Amino acid sequence: MIRKSAVEMAAALAKGETTSLALTQAHLDQIAAVDGAVHAFLHVDTEGALAQAGAIDKARAAGEKLSPLAGIPLALKDVLTQKGVPTTCGSKILEGWRPPYDSTVVTNLKRAGIVILGKTNMDEFAMGSSTENSAYGPTHNPWDLTRIPGGSGGGSSAALAAFEAPLAIGTDTGGSIRQPAAVTGTVGVKPTYGGVSRYGLVAFSSSLDQAGPCARTVLDTALLHEAIAGHDVRDATSINAPVPQVVAAAKSGDVKGLKIGVIKELNGDGYQAGVRTRFDESLQLLAAAGAEIIEVSCPNFEYALAAYYLIAPSECSSNLARFDAMRYGIRVGDEAGASAESVMNLTREVGFGREVKRRIILGTYALSSGYYDAYYGSAQKVRTLITHDFIRAFEKCDVLVSPTCPTTAFKIGEKASDPLAMYLNDIATIPVNMAGIGGMSLPCGLAPEDGLPVGFQIMAPAMQDQRMYSVGAALEAALLSKWGAPLLSQIPALAGSK
Amino acid sequence: MSSLSRSDVANLARLARIDMSDSELDALSGELDVILNAVARVQEVARPDIEATSHPLPLKNVYRPDVVQPSLSNAEALSGAPASEDERFRVPQILGEEA
Repeated sequence: MIRKSAVEMAAALAKGETTSLALTQAHLDQIAAVDGAVHAFLHVDTEGALAQAGAIDKARAAGEKLSPLAGIPLALKDVLTQKGVPTTCGSKILEGWRPPYDSTVVTNLKRAGIVILGKTNMDEFAMGSSTENSAYGPTHNPWDLTRIPGGSGGGSSAALAAFEAPLAIGTDTGGSIRQPAAVTGTVGVKPTYGGVSRYGLVAFSSSLDQAGPCARTVLDTALLHEAIAGHDVRDATSINAPVPQVVAAAKSGDVKGLKIGVIKELNGDGYQAGVRTRFDESLQLLAAAGAEIIEVSCPNFEYALAAYYLIAPSECSSNLARFDAMRYGIRVGDEAGASAESVMNLTREVGFGREVKRRIILGTYALSSGYYDAYYGSAQKVRTLITHDFIRAFEKCDVLVSPTCPTTAFKIGEKASDPLAMYLNDIATIPVNMAGIGGMSLPCGLAPEDGLPVGFQIMAPAMQDQRMYSVGAALEAALLSKWGAPLLSQIPALAGSK
Repeated sequence: MSSLSRSDVANLARLARIDMSDSELDALSGELDVILNAVARVQEVARPDIEATSHPLPLKNVYRPDVVQPSLSNAEALSGAPASEDERFRVPQILGEEA
């Protein structure tokens, strides 16, 4: 049962073939069996998950009308608050913190009856592309345990690929949902900025952060998207408009007459041969399904990475100032006579990891008097240029596509000592965040040279998220009929796996 | 292109309230120089006539009705505090002894 899609599990629940308790227990058993090797979870909430599952079973038995994903287990990225459940953001500074409130995403999940299994591992405060920056140790890619599962949401993507959960929540500031999806052969969507509330999402870079759905199929992802999206008065940047019809789009998967633009600048040099092979094959499948493929140019994208590594650190240096050892989290050096400032300095030294400190210092510099215009100011102008590139491109086509990442999953440790090499991983995902539009990654095959998953990225204009699901569903269906089984059926079995 | 000296980084660390060790400062000043050189590329295209974008949504002020809403209780607000006393956050000394 744990290898099935959420839609199949929901059908089994509706028919009475299984219960949410049994389904939740099966996933807890799988976590117990494989998570020692994968390390997708930082905290497993066995008691809470079983209580939630039992309540859903009771409601179902009482004939209550339930939402489509009621009773289905989910893995939650540890950057979203859940009342009473440890939330660390992968950082030592929040070790032991139990938030006194639910994030809106969690409120919506609970309302939909989705069972939260636990909190997943991540790069500290979502800063990274490999989950190696977690203070609690790295997560391993279930396709090859010596490789990274992507980041920052590597725990969520690994949990899906290891069949520890059929659904997961991620957050995406520069690619942290899409890149982990790509390298683990799973599906992940960064909705339009403002489409899903950020209330209770611990902020890294507020103008870029966006929570979104992750799953193993496009339709499961769409159902989760609808469950968590919508306007929220508690997030001033939440969009007050109806949620795009993503489930209907994922069910129809119609691309006839749709214009798909291939971004010239996000393909070619620097992209692994096998990534390009699978990407090109996918374009042919979409053309065969009735889409028109054209090439478009976004000349300013080459500056996106540089602008991102000024804007995100600048916002992070401001956002992370709240970790001051006074109201929550750890406190270090609070001895008789110690000043608040020295306690703050010591706590932040001990509590933050290297990458977080690096970005705080970089952001502090970029925002400092005398350098502001040259760095942060210039980066904001590049943001305008990137948005204009997207607007011009969407005048010519309905969606844009590219490989999600330049390469397949690299080895744990391979890029840990070279920040710039690590940053290059996000070259194709960052422009989407800069413009605040939607982006999806779905698996499009294994690279012939290393047998590892390749991600196909689809981008749609703001609040046109349904277009990504139409194209994603069309490509998924075409690939499925070509392969005869989902890509994840080819994943090597983990020791002890159910 | 300005380059960052070790004392520049020490000053930034002080501003950011991080008590960095000497070895961290050494490592970071080298790394930051490389990163700054790479990100300085934004200056190549940031012409004076281009408007800056600080945010993806064209939002101005967003208001809610001025009505009292339920919020965290005192105990809940203090539940994660490293130290509390008399229903308040207890913090280390803020002013000097002579103050």
